[in-house]
Amino acid sequence: RYFTKMSYDRAITVFSPDGHLFQVEYAMEAVKRGSSVVGVRGIDCVVLGVEKKAVAQLQDPRTIRKIAKLDDDLTIAFAGFTADARVLIEKARLEAQSFRLTCEDAPSIEYMARFIAKMQQSYTQRGGVRPFGVSSMIGGFSKDKLPQLYLTDPAGTYSAWKAYAIGGRSEKAVQEFLEKNWSANLSEADSIRLTVKALMEVVDSGSKNMDLAVMKFGVPVKMVTSEELQEVISDIEREQEEAKKSVAESAPIDSTV
Amino acid sequence: FEMDSTFGITGEGFAILAADASAARSILVFKHDQDKIVALDSHKLLVGAGTAADCVNFNEYISKNMKLYELNNDLQLTTKSAANFIRGELATALRKGPYQTNLLLAGYDSTPSSQNGSVSLYVMDYMASLSKTDYGAHGYASNFILSVMDREWRKGMNLTEVLEVAKKCIHELNTRFMISQPVFIVKLVDKDGTRVIDINNP
Repeated sequence: RYFTKMSYDRAITVFSPDGHLFQVEYAMEAVKRGSSVVGVRGIDCVVLGVEKKAVAQLQDPRTIRKIAKLDDDLTIAFAGFTADARVLIEKARLEAQSFRLTCEDAPSIEYMARFIAKMQQSYTQRGGVRPFGVSSMIGGFSKDKLPQLYLTDPAGTYSAWKAYAIGGRSEKAVQEFLEKNWSANLSEADSIRLTVKALMEVVDSGSKNMDLAVMKFGVPVKMVTSEELQEVISDIEREQEEAKKSVAESAPIDSTV
Repeated sequence: FEMDSTFGITGEGFAILAADASAARSILVFKHDQDKIVALDSHKLLVGAGTAADCVNFNEYISKNMKLYELNNDLQLTTKSAANFIRGELATALRKGPYQTNLLLAGYDSTPSSQNGSVSLYVMDYMASLSKTDYGAHGYASNFILSVMDREWRKGMNLTEVLEVAKKCIHELNTRFMISQPVFIVKLVDKDGTRVIDINNP
């Protein structure tokens, strides 16, 4: 009596009896399997650092990019499925230009974060689609020139952060490191240092394993060169060596048997 | 439609686009500082003559689409690609609701291997014709100044010489064109990008 619809109307993301959306949670697991992204907000800058996983010998490393421009003044770094991120980023770029065309003004970072989050949420509530396996960190500035860092996740939540980490071997460990070490009013150099230190918690040190982007108001986003990065890393390693030495020197010699 | 005076001239390694700065409707002039020349990206200029709404709307639409292309592909379109894209948009709209705008596109393309890039000028009209030229003009003004340019233009002119030709064109208009257009905005594109220049003091 009833016609069966040959359309994709069966939802994939449904509630479990105890109120979980397992597809969304599984998507977050996919994010954890991606490589690390660290975002730090300084007093007048935003730094996004990403872990560069080792590339296969025959692959061109320049074609793997985790940091992308959404617009002239907005930069995004993502963790999770690269293909899903590519789709999200292209939709976001189109939305940014569309906004500029209709409103003759650049979209705020909050608007873009909200747009991406809305897109991610809609894919948890539609028939026939699965959530995006992507979390992203967006860096930019408000009209008052204040640095801003936004996070989006597969559930479609978006929030603003002073510093955060997503993806990688141990998200939690890096997040705790940032909580302990972030302070307000970090200079550009200190923000870079903090980002690199946070990444070094989970990444083998070496400038070939990291990429860093620095955003300042009114200036195009700058990718830190591998020479500059190596300098910062060497400096941090030296500092850590000296800290270890002084601990060893000041420890009393245990003469008890 | 034809009241707007716009023209473009190429020189050695650069091109200029000039447009009258009057915004008018019927017998009333709204302003004498209307900038009709838009920078599509760091090394391209587009000037539209015609119905102000269509010109502005179309130019903005083109410039945002080119920006999107730039972001998605991490490289700029060549002048030739841009010209063909623009012409394609005009052609698609032609049988639906044409854009009433005549365009001149000037752009500088650097070649990755050498320092010497090339400059090109494209003339397009509202019916989606496209041609690459050394110099061009639109509107009633073209009746007067194409002959001036035919006589004065030579290959390989430097900026001073090209501006002399431009000055002669504007002088011709001020002498013989019924519509008074006291102010012209002139912009230049070369390897360093686009900028406004003062015709008397480059």
